[in-house]
Order: sequence, then C-alpha cells, then structure tokens
Amino acid sequence: MTDMLELTAVQAQEAMASGDFSPAEYGKAWAEAAAEDELNAYLWRDGNGDAEAISVEEPSLAPVAVKDIFCTEGVPTTAGSRILEGYRPAYTSTAVRRLIEAGAPVLGKTNMDEFAMGSSNENSAYGPVLNPWDRGRVPGGSSGGSAAVVAGGLAPWAIGTDTGGSIRQPASLCGIVGLKPTYGAISRYGMIAFASSLDQCGPLTRDVRDAALMLSVLQGADPCDSTSVGLGEAPSLPDREDLRGLRFAVPSELARDAIEPGVREVFEATLARIEQLGGEIAEAPLPHAEHGISAYYVIAPAEASSNLARYDGVRYGMRSEGSGDLIEMYETTRAEGFGSEVKRRIMLGTYALSSGYYDAYYGQAQKVRTKIASDFSAAFAEFDFVVTPTSPSVAFGLGEKTSDPLAMYLNDFFTVPMSLAGIPAISIPAGLAEPAGGGPRLPVGFQIAAPAFAEQKLLAAAHALEGAIGFDARPEGVRG
Amino acid sequence: MIEREQVLHVAKLARLGLSEEEVERMAGELSGILEHVDRIGELELDDVPPTSHVVELENVLRADEPHESLDRDVALAQAPDPVDGAFRVPSPQAEG
Repeated sequence: MTDMLELTAVQAQEAMASGDFSPAEYGKAWAEAAAEDELNAYLWRDGNGDAEAISVEEPSLAPVAVKDIFCTEGVPTTAGSRILEGYRPAYTSTAVRRLIEAGAPVLGKTNMDEFAMGSSNENSAYGPVLNPWDRGRVPGGSSGGSAAVVAGGLAPWAIGTDTGGSIRQPASLCGIVGLKPTYGAISRYGMIAFASSLDQCGPLTRDVRDAALMLSVLQGADPCDSTSVGLGEAPSLPDREDLRGLRFAVPSELARDAIEPGVREVFEATLARIEQLGGEIAEAPLPHAEHGISAYYVIAPAEASSNLARYDGVRYGMRSEGSGDLIEMYETTRAEGFGSEVKRRIMLGTYALSSGYYDAYYGQAQKVRTKIASDFSAAFAEFDFVVTPTSPSVAFGLGEKTSDPLAMYLNDFFTVPMSLAGIPAISIPAGLAEPAGGGPRLPVGFQIAAPAFAEQKLLAAAHALEGAIGFDARPEGVRG
Repeated sequence: MIEREQVLHVAKLARLGLSEEEVERMAGELSGILEHVDRIGELELDDVPPTSHVVELENVLRADEPHESLDRDVALAQAPDPVDGAFRVPSPQAEG
C-alpha cells in the first residue's frame, strides 16, 4: 500500500470511500505529521477533541488546515495578532462550518501575517513561518502558514484568504496550487475582516482537482453574508487534458523587466506549453493594471482602518493594563496590541479617508478600480483567460524586504488587479528557477485569471496545463 | 511629504498611540508610499464612476422575526472586564 500521506485529498476521499483505510487511521496519520511542524506554521493543532464544537462525527474528507483568520468556536483565533491573543470565538465561520458538515475535520489553525496584512508572513505576532523549500526564506503571505503546511507535508490541504494576493502569492512561493474565487463565491461570515470589498476565502492544495473539490464544499450563498452569492452550481472535478479553442491573453504592458530572469524563463516556457496543448496566446492591453498597487494601497488600508476600529479593548481581546481615561485606554491598547504593519495601514487608511484628502486618494482609487475592471471586461470579450507570473520573484530571504514597505507591497503587483476587479484567479506551480541572487532552485507560480463566476472553466484549463507541466518537485524530506 | 503634525493628527483620529520613534518612522514611510500612490492623481478620470463594490446587489433584507441569538453570558465571556451583564470601561472623564 502506498503511503496514505502521499495521496491528494481527492484520492484519499476515494480510498476511504472504498475502504482502503479508515478516516480515523488517515486522520491520525495527519495529526502525527502536523505535530512534526518545524516551520512555525501552526498556531494551534487539534489536541484530541479539545474543541467539541468543531469535531466531526464521521469524517469522510481529508482533514483541513485553517488559516487563523477564521473564527472557530472554542478554538483560539488570533488573526496573527497580539490584540486577539487568547480569544476564543463564540461561533464558527461559515467556511469552516461547511467543511465540518462535509466531513472534513479541522487539523489545526495556521500562522499568518497579522490581520492578513503582508506578503511574507513576517508580520505575525507569533513569529515568521519558514519556507519548507529553504528555511532561510519566506513562504509568502499572508496565508503563509496555510501554504507552508501543504507544501511541507504537514497537511493535505488548507484554506486561506486572499485580499490582494494572499492565497496566490504564498502558493506560488511554496510550489502548490492556490485559488482566489470570484468575490461573493464563498461566505465571509466569521472570517476576520481586513478589507471587506476585497477579502475572499479560497483553497490552497496540492493539485487543481483538490482545489475544485474544496471549492465545491465552500461555495454558496449564506444569509449571514449579504455579499455572498455562490457559484450557482458547485464545480465538478476537472478532467480536461487539452486547451484547444481557448484564448489566453498576456497583458501587453506586462513589466518583463520587473520579473526575475528565472521566473521570466518559466513563464515563457509555460506559454509555449499552452500552445502545445492547442491554446492560443496573444497580447491584450490592460493599461490600468500597473496602477493596481496604488489603488489597492489606498482602498485596502481605508477599509482596514474602519474594520479594525472594533479592537478597542472593550468586547474581546486584550486591554492595556495602564490607567487613564477611556480614550487613553483605547490608544494604549491599540498601541500594544497591533504590530507595525497594521499600524502603518491604519494610519495610511485613516489619512486617505480624512477630511481634505478623501477625494484625492479614496475617490480617485475607486475610479482606478473601475478602469481596471473594465480593462479586464474588454480583454474577456476576446479572450478566455488572462495570464501572468503570480509573483515577480521566487521566495526571498527572511528579513530581505522588511525595512522597505513599498518594496514589500510590489510583491503583489500581478495579483492585486484581479482582486480589485473581483474576478477569480489561480496560481499553479509551473517549474523551478534560480533566485536572482543565486542558490538552489525554487518554485515559480503561473497565474490564470478568468471572468467572474467562470471557475469551472478556469479549473478545467488549469488542470490541463498542470498535467502537461507535470510539476513533481518537493522540498527535501517531504513525501508525495 | 507627511509632516510630524499630520502623523499626530491622524493617529488621534485612529485612536492609535504611537511612540516618538514610531512618529518619526511613520512620517517617512507614509511619505514614501503616498509618493507612489500619487501617480494615480495624474490620471484623467473625471467622468469615471467610482467602484466601491464589485458585486451588483440590491439591499438584502430578511423578515423581521425574532430568532435565537447568543446568550448574554457567552457574548460577555471574551470581554476583558465584564461586570453585571455589561462591559465595564474606564471613565470617559479624565480623573483628577
């Protein structure tokens, strides 16, 4: 018998259904694997039922690692922040509830950038997550823990959240699949809010079929989130093997100079593969995408500054022990509870919304958002997909970009436009490349974006391409 | 360029205490980020409608009927200083 842990979640589901091994055996094997975490990827692991509310009577699906941004009843939920240390929510998020109801136990809660703000996982109050491919490098962020556990053989699959690239970029840097669904496909209820018009839950998995299975469990309208509409029909497992008749657009403004040479090579090789599979490649203008970062770093901090006003030391989380009046208590609690990136974004957002600056920043950014969305609509009138590298570089070194916030923000250059437009996008591993500074080769992600609610078509194309690429590299010592 | 006074003003609006060192650093970092962001100010977008949300939705309403909710004790359980079924906070008036 092959090692259970080498199976994808889809394969494991089939094996359990046909009695090859029991869900209990399989769950135990994963719990033991997760306990070997040397990456600081888990913040909490299931300790044999100390969380009754999220226990699964009869498991039938692979256990799932959950980003610590999803409220889970009775289980510590920190969002990577000191201000929520010890917080145990009174309710469970819809995404996690759907997983539990579908028979997927919660394996653990994964580390993340504080309140999902970051691209390296170095902004966690609980220490950075290490990249399983090279422990001197970052796993990406903000869903860095979720990406690292899947890539590092510590979980079969995971869920994360993506506001400007927080699923796709860490998936790219860790060599796994990451899908950001259409905004509204999955309920945000119980998902701690960062930027509400952008936040979306999605899967981080070993392959595209696992992503499809996870999406079919998670998607759907939810009365507790009025912006959730679902996909209409749950996606089925993709089995397409060619790309004949499909048209792929490469943005004509794609900033090739900003992309690491190794990443560029893998990207070009992947375009050639698309053509080998019968797909057609051409350039399409997306003239406003280059302003995505500017618009995003106004809109997201603006929404965050409002969302994070709730952490005031009154209803939950920590309160500063210092004396003083109410206002002073707010100020010192927030000063002690928030890390530096969160403070920076609250300041940026409050500034952009403040009297005298609102139109110039927030108003203008919302108009840029309109233009970016209409650029995509124009491209999709002629093309089925838009493709880019997921990240301009492979995984970078711990501490390499922490002193320059803007350099860190530019990691999201290729992922932010899709978030602003609300459209689905997937990152699949496309190969390995040497980092710009030299060293062992590291994973490179390839991003495919589709029109809103075209997940089924997106997964089919990604599955075909994944099969042709045949990416089977694993970090040293990781099975599968 | 963001001045020190602006940093202090915004921090006050956000109810965010900042150390002297943070005030200095924030002024430089915010200036750098805003310099990049300022590029969108040069785009001609006068006639473009703003997008606040990508999903086109009408208001979602539900019937106004009583339903189960969290128990008060459960809702208070995570508070730093619950007392007599309420959240206790320091006085809004400075003492002294």
